[in-house]
Amino acid sequence: MRDVAIVGANMLKFGRYPDKDVVTLAAEASIAAMKDAGCTIKDVELVVSGNLYQSNAMIGQRIMKEIGATGVPVINVSNACATGSTAFREAYMSVASGAYDVALAIGSEQMGKMGLLGADGASREYSTEGVMGTGLMPGVFGQAGVEHMRKYGTTQEQFAKVAVKNHKHSVNNPYAQYQIETPLEDVLNARPIAYPNTLYMCCPTGDGAAAAVLMSAEKAKQFTSKPVWVAASVLTSDPYTPRNPTMFDINTLTRNASKEAYEKAGIGPEDLSQVELHDCFATAELLHYENLGLCGEGEAGRMIDEGATYVGGKIPVNASGGLLSKGHPLGATGVANIVEIVWHLRGEAGARQVENSKVGLAHVIGLGSACTINIIKK
Amino acid sequence: MTQEASTPKKSNPIVPFLKLPENYPDQEGYLWGVKCPQCGAKFLGARTACANCGSTGPFEEQKFGGEGEIYVFSVVHQTVPGLEAPYVAAIIDLDDGVTVRANVYGLDATKPGPDWFGKKVKMFTEKVRVDREGNDIVAAKFRVTNGK
Ligand SMILES: [Zn+2]
Repeated sequence: MRDVAIVGANMLKFGRYPDKDVVTLAAEASIAAMKDAGCTIKDVELVVSGNLYQSNAMIGQRIMKEIGATGVPVINVSNACATGSTAFREAYMSVASGAYDVALAIGSEQMGKMGLLGADGASREYSTEGVMGTGLMPGVFGQAGVEHMRKYGTTQEQFAKVAVKNHKHSVNNPYAQYQIETPLEDVLNARPIAYPNTLYMCCPTGDGAAAAVLMSAEKAKQFTSKPVWVAASVLTSDPYTPRNPTMFDINTLTRNASKEAYEKAGIGPEDLSQVELHDCFATAELLHYENLGLCGEGEAGRMIDEGATYVGGKIPVNASGGLLSKGHPLGATGVANIVEIVWHLRGEAGARQVENSKVGLAHVIGLGSACTINIIKK
Repeated sequence: MTQEASTPKKSNPIVPFLKLPENYPDQEGYLWGVKCPQCGAKFLGARTACANCGSTGPFEEQKFGGEGEIYVFSVVHQTVPGLEAPYVAAIIDLDDGVTVRANVYGLDATKPGPDWFGKKVKMFTEKVRVDREGNDIVAAKFRVTNGK
C-alpha cells in the first residue's frame, strides 16, 4: 500500500439550507476542497460520494453533472452515520492500492428538520417502535449510557458535562450549526429526550456537505508543500455479541477499529494530539473515551470531571463542538470530522486551534453497525 | 374460497418471534426462537445460520419462558407521533438465555435510577393496534413483578 496525502479539504457550515438542494451543497463543498488542493475536476480520477438518503438516486453522478462530468468512475456509498467516512476510506483505499493517483471523497446530506427520529414508520402497522421497546437512536444511545452507569456508576451529570464541554468548544467554530454555551444546570434542566440524555445532549440534524481530495505522495508534491497524511483508515462492522442486535453494541466494533488503526499507524492513544469522535449523544462520547483507549476501563466519568478532554486539556476531544453543536447531516459528518482534523494539523483552526497538533483521530459510528477510524498526521 | 365469506378477525403477533396459540387469549402467547447446535447461542426467531459461529443448523426450536430481569433501560420522552410517552424502554435478559427489547410497566418513569437494574419482570401480551384487515396486532410487554 502506498502513502496517501490529503491535499484539499473543506466543508460548508452545517445548518439548514431550504433554498438549496443537496447536489448544490455537495458541489459547493467539492469545489471548495479542490480549490484548497489547487486542483480542478480534470485532475480527479475517481469520485466517491457518501450520502445516506440519496445514494439510491445516483447523487454522485448528479454532483458530477454540476461540477464537471468527466466520465471518471463514481461510487455511491451508504453506510448509516459512517457514510461519509466510508466514502473517504474507499477513496483512500483506491489511491493506496495504486489504482488511482487523485480521488475526491464527498459527504453530503439534506435532512431539514427531519430529526434523529427520522422516517421510521410507526405508521407501519407492525412496527414495534414504542410498543416493544425502542430501536430509534435517542433510546438506543440512552440505553448505552445506562449500561455504563450500571457497570461503573457513571452519573447523568457526568454525561451532561460532555454537552457542556462540546457546546463551549462550538463558540469558536463558525462551521457549527449551533454556537451556544450551555452551562451544566441548563443541560440537566433541558427537556428530557431519552434518559439520561436531555435536549442539549442530543445532536441536531440538518444539512451539510464536506469534501476531501486525496493524492498519492508523488502527485501531492505537485500541488502542495505541506500535505497531511492518512496514517490509518479502518472500517469495521459489529461482530456477534450475545445481546446484539436486540441491543445495539456500539462498543466492540469501535474497540476493534481503534486497535487496528493504532497498529496500522504505529502509534498508541497517548500519541494523539486530538480526537474528533462520534458524539451523536452525550452518552456516546464517554463510552468512546474507553473504546478509543483515551482512558482506562470505567475511567471516562472521571476523565470528563477532570476536564482532560477540553481544548488545552490532556487530550482535546471534539474541539469542533462535536456533533452536539456542529450538527449531524448523516452523510456529511464523517468527511467533516476529517476536515476538522486537517485544519488543526495545518494550524488553520482559528480560535479553537489545538496547539501544535501533530496527529488527530477521527471516529464515526453508524448504527447497524459500521465504524470508521481515520488517523491523520502531519 | 367464496367471496362473501368474511374472514373472522384474528390476533396477529407483531413480530414473528412472538407466538400466539390457537386458543389465544385463553392461552397466553410466548417468545419463540432457536438454539445453535454447534455453539449453543440462542436467538429470537428463525435463522438461516448462526450469527456467532456460522453453523447452518439444523437449529433446535426453543419456547422461551416469560421471566427475566431488566439489564438496562431508557425512559423515552420524545418519540414518533401517536405513541404514548414517556415510557420505559428496556433491554430484558430472559432467564432462558435470550435478550429482548420491551416496554416495562410498573415503574415510576419520573424516577429512573440504579435500583431498576436487575428488577425481575414477567411478560404479558396486549393488543396494540388493529391492522387494515381488522385483525388485532398483539405485542409482548413486561411488568415488574412485586416483591423483588
Ligand atoms: Zn453457533
